[in-house]
Amino acid sequence: MNDDVKGQEMTTPAQTPAQTKGASEPLLKVDGLVKHFPIKKGLLQRQVAAVQAVDGLTFDVRPGETLGVVGESGCGKSTMGRLITRLLEPTGGRIEFEGTDITHLNTGKMRPLRRDVQMIFQDPYSSLNPRHTIGTIVGAPFKLQGVKPEGGVKKTVQEMLERVGLSPEHYNRYPHEFSGGQRQRIGIARALALRPKLVVADEPVSALDVSIQAQVVNLLDDLQDELGLTYVIIAHDLSVIRHVSDRIAVMYLGKIVELADRKDLYATPMHPYTKALLSAVPVPDPRRRGVKSERILLRGDVPSPIDPPAGCRFHTRCWKATQICTTKEPPLIPLATGHQVACHHPENAADQAPEDTTLLSAAKEAVEVVTVVAKAEEEPTPEPPAKRVEK
Amino acid sequence: MTELSKTGAAVGEPVAGSPAPSAFLEVRDLKVHFPTDDGLVKSVDGLSFSLEKGKTLGIVGESGSGKSVTSLGILGLHTAGQYGARRARISGEIWLGGKELLGADPTDVRKMRGREMAMIFQDPLSALHPYYSIGKQITEAYRVHNDVDRKTARKRAIEMLDRVGIPQPDKRVDSYPHEFSGGMRQRAMIAMALVNNPELLIADEPTTALDVTVQAQILDLIRDLQKEFGSAVIMITHDLGVVAEMADELLVMYGGRCVERGTAEKVFYEPQHPYTWGLLGSMPRIDREETERLIPVKGSPPSLINLPSGCAFNPRCPYADIPKDQITRRERPELRLVADGHYSACHMAQDERTRIWTEEIAPKL
Repeated sequence: MNDDVKGQEMTTPAQTPAQTKGASEPLLKVDGLVKHFPIKKGLLQRQVAAVQAVDGLTFDVRPGETLGVVGESGCGKSTMGRLITRLLEPTGGRIEFEGTDITHLNTGKMRPLRRDVQMIFQDPYSSLNPRHTIGTIVGAPFKLQGVKPEGGVKKTVQEMLERVGLSPEHYNRYPHEFSGGQRQRIGIARALALRPKLVVADEPVSALDVSIQAQVVNLLDDLQDELGLTYVIIAHDLSVIRHVSDRIAVMYLGKIVELADRKDLYATPMHPYTKALLSAVPVPDPRRRGVKSERILLRGDVPSPIDPPAGCRFHTRCWKATQICTTKEPPLIPLATGHQVACHHPENAADQAPEDTTLLSAAKEAVEVVTVVAKAEEEPTPEPPAKRVEK
Repeated sequence: MTELSKTGAAVGEPVAGSPAPSAFLEVRDLKVHFPTDDGLVKSVDGLSFSLEKGKTLGIVGESGSGKSVTSLGILGLHTAGQYGARRARISGEIWLGGKELLGADPTDVRKMRGREMAMIFQDPLSALHPYYSIGKQITEAYRVHNDVDRKTARKRAIEMLDRVGIPQPDKRVDSYPHEFSGGMRQRAMIAMALVNNPELLIADEPTTALDVTVQAQILDLIRDLQKEFGSAVIMITHDLGVVAEMADELLVMYGGRCVERGTAEKVFYEPQHPYTWGLLGSMPRIDREETERLIPVKGSPPSLINLPSGCAFNPRCPYADIPKDQITRRERPELRLVADGHYSACHMAQDERTRIWTEEIAPKL
């Protein structure tokens, strides 16, 4: 897919290497990435604690693919996006882009790389400067990077506007004259103006209406084919993520708990959290309302990232948690081809700690496994029995 | 199910003299218009539906289609307060349990609000008062309608918090909204809405701001409570997944009007309006084999000040030219009966629509 570079009529010098390299060479390599936000208190502003937003992420992004990152709010997925685009300074770990270590590059040294790594933001209302025309906004990357495209900036910008489904006449208009979907297209045009290699999109469609969402998803798809882009798409909507991604990372409290190909992840989720997450998605099919055999309802909320649980971070809400889960953190290891999981007692795979079988008392209350029909029939009781899910 | 009333009353004048309906909630030809400097915003323009107790009606549509304005209209919140009457022009009829609300005395409506009809709002952080404790806000709602002392009301608040699944309700009753997580705030708001066992519960995007796992908890809770109290529920959302799980009946809104109405089963399996097809095609389906491409609706939602003439959907409709003589551009289609309890507002002939759906659209979904 990445070799498909038709439509590259513009000459930008730093364009070729990644696309000629083999697919085996990752475009982005992240190793043990950590970001802690300090919490300071008192007159001397001493650090008393830290929000462990991202705590040890290791993954690769291969050229031409789309990596989807999914998780609940507060799991650190947006922080991760801002770290790999280096809008935030990592606390620890290493980020490599095309073999270059960019972990601690300063603003100046980072600037040439900004051409290759771009970001699409969630909110199309606050990410466009209301006082600038669309031409200025989409043309800004050329000015900042000192790029002089063939035929002039204006012509290139207008081509870009056309490519994202806007009209070249929109060049002199202001953001307020556009609808949400159109603004998101402007944001996309700006991100893609310099033909980046890696585009990080943080919830690119969640602020948009359903019909518009589909337009933007299709647009991102087309542009990837046309321009040979690599995407990291961050979203909380599991249906959208399934539609756009090749591989998917599931995050929980600052860690990747599962990383797998799209098909494997949705067909055979291994981490209990992934399973619960998938079973919670409402299915747009009224006939399936009663047919869906079980739904795992997680109790309670995600714990605070200031003081995350020891061991496996999911053990406080997991229905399979045993003693080992409270003390030993499960490593993210491949349990099937291209399917990495961090769990002692995974679903759809061999138990990693078979000797430890005694369930924690909390585990018994952690979830409610319900058949939706049976639930509607039975008398509502304040303490529904928690069933153990058999593997 | 009732036919559309064709009273044709001028905006602002309450319609008098119609008989009380048999349904628990019946909305007839509801219009909510807002005069602005730019022109008249016709947020809701002739909406009719009915709902029985114990049933759930799902209202779906894009932003600006008039979903929320409808719900606020039913609660009488457009005309409440000092400036309300000047801001909105409402006409039509809203019958709740045999009483007409639009023509009624605002004081009487206020007595019903909270007791007979209550609302769960989308954003609990802005719907809860930051200055008062959760318990204080729940007891206030209870004491307005019940002549009880503080102690009894507090007991009731704790009971409700327990019922909606807040741990340690006797302690949390004194917490403030900022001390709650998003899911707990939404639970607290549900507790507040249900404290007087209302017969009509309107939930306006109750789970949009929440994560999927919390969303599942809240939807389950609403379902349980509905079962327990036998309330009628109006569920307003843009998420067809949520609607499919919750609603018995569906109402699809576009440009302030109903374009399709029917049982959830009918609307999902035999949709009769091109806009409904568009919504179904736009949505990535987690329950199906992956589709290569989504089928979006082209263009953007219309301006409510200057709705397209004829069918409001015609500029975005791929089939607008099928009916003869450009009728889609000249005449507004009436909501017509398709099958028992299934209505659609489209100029295309029914055979044509059925053919397009079964041959062109359904196979691609």
